[in-house]
Amino acid sequence: MPITTKVIQRPEPGRVSYLRAAFKGMALTLRHMVNPKTVTQQYPEEQTELHPRWRGTHVMEVHADGRPKCVACGLCPTVCPANCIRLVGGEDDQGNRYPIVFEIDEFRCIFCGMCQEVCPVEAIHVGRDFENAEYTRDRFVYDLDRLMQQDHPSTLLWDPSDPKGE
Amino acid sequence: MDPIAGVPLLVSTSLKIAIMFGVVMLTVAYTTLAERRISAFIQDRLGPNRVGPFGLLQPIADGLKNLIKEEADPGTASKFYFLLGPVLAMGPALVTFAVVPFAAPLPTPWGVVDMIIADVPIGILYILALSSLAVYGIVIGGWASNNKYAFLGALRASAQMVSYEVPLGLSLIVVFMMAGNVTLTGIVWEQQQLGFWFAFPLSLGFILFVVSAFAETNRLPFDMSEAESELITGFHTEYSAMKFSMFFIAEYAHMLTASALMATLFFGGWDLPGTWDNAYWYQGELIRGFDASGAPMAAAPAVWKTLLTFAAFAAKTGFFLLLYIWVRWTVPRFRYDQVMELGWKVMLPTALAYLMVVSATILVLDQVGISGFYFGLALTGVSAICTVAFVFFLDRGRIMVGAAAPRHGRVGPRPTFGRGAMSSEGATTGD
Repeated sequence: MPITTKVIQRPEPGRVSYLRAAFKGMALTLRHMVNPKTVTQQYPEEQTELHPRWRGTHVMEVHADGRPKCVACGLCPTVCPANCIRLVGGEDDQGNRYPIVFEIDEFRCIFCGMCQEVCPVEAIHVGRDFENAEYTRDRFVYDLDRLMQQDHPSTLLWDPSDPKGE
Repeated sequence: MDPIAGVPLLVSTSLKIAIMFGVVMLTVAYTTLAERRISAFIQDRLGPNRVGPFGLLQPIADGLKNLIKEEADPGTASKFYFLLGPVLAMGPALVTFAVVPFAAPLPTPWGVVDMIIADVPIGILYILALSSLAVYGIVIGGWASNNKYAFLGALRASAQMVSYEVPLGLSLIVVFMMAGNVTLTGIVWEQQQLGFWFAFPLSLGFILFVVSAFAETNRLPFDMSEAESELITGFHTEYSAMKFSMFFIAEYAHMLTASALMATLFFGGWDLPGTWDNAYWYQGELIRGFDASGAPMAAAPAVWKTLLTFAAFAAKTGFFLLLYIWVRWTVPRFRYDQVMELGWKVMLPTALAYLMVVSATILVLDQVGISGFYFGLALTGVSAICTVAFVFFLDRGRIMVGAAAPRHGRVGPRPTFGRGAMSSEGATTGD
């Protein structure tokens, strides 16, 4: 819609009616009083459906046997612009790399989603969630177990062939 | 049937006081809820709906919160008067309801109980005297806060109270002339006898009373004393917790009393159409009216009549409470000079002129010998003409000109933004 300007001419003094305007206002408010066009969303009962590309707190994908998919390649702490990911990698007997420590400080995180984009094995994701209140500050550093237990859906990556996510 | 006397009188009066105090406090509490919910509906919101079903327990939660909350007293305030302010505001607001009759007399095995706490002979003068005292609470509270804004609010409240007390009193005099009595029971009885609620024969008086009562209770569009955009919250800026709550209760109790007065003085109080519910103490007898020969007819009080008339009174009062809320969320606040101008230049002369017209009409009608129904009808006609003339005069817009409207066209040339090529009459439609 183009921006339009509507210039309202001020009525000449002596020709205005404040009384009629007041009664018109009363009629308008009465109409709304008896028939309110409420658009309020009753939040805890009615949940907002988040956009598929909403970027919230992280999710770590797991294998079927419960191990994290992360291979501790170190790409996400490298790409992270807020420097909020701490990763210490390890290697088991078969030579598979796995994270010993994987912590994300959600306070430092700017939710850019670059960790998800850069991950070669689609292990770390940002998620579709915003209810992440806690009672203490230290609870906002999510460790590996916590990231694996997150049960909200993970964010859809942007697809150039479907730019609007349809 | 005899009026109640002796120990039963003492017991019944104590009971009435206890019950009415409870009812008034509950009504005040639920008016605050109604205010919040109705304002929400008007603005297409929901309002408080979380505490209990439909938010019905919200006032209790508010009260508890205010009781538990920490009191923050300003260090520079005058301690004694700071405390005295809310007390002075709340006390008079609660005692004024004592002289308002709220139902038809109730028959009991011990005699007939009047449904009024104290039928004092000075009636409405008692209400006027005590409700004017409430401004002391506001002034003392505002002054003792040692705060510029609180003091300004208090000053405005007192000036406004003085200005609107005059048209309020003058609009009441026409009622007294019609009723020949200042007790509220007498005024209700006269309305029952005339067959007209005074809102019809005294329509302009009713309008003046409503406007003055809005100003007296410091409600929008007259809430100069707590104009948020100018004075933070005016006289109670420095008050917190229960002391603030007491000012709040006082404001709503005043609203309730004013609504009950509008209902009683101009809409027959607890009266319902018809003569079946009429009741008045006349020479020691409870009468319903006079027959053709002038002999009094005994009234037949009944419990169902009391209940029904109480419902009528509650409905009328409730309507005016709703009107208070409705107007508050529709009309913007007046400017201070507009309030004063309306009070002194419009309300006062109109009330005086109307008083003259009504008294002259009553005199003429009495001389001609018209009474009863045609008396009321004639006065209704005269008052209707006065009301139409008053509204017509106000409607000409000579009274209040908006602050932004210049006298002759625009004040200066329209500022041009960016491109200088745009002429002053460009961008009218923006296409």
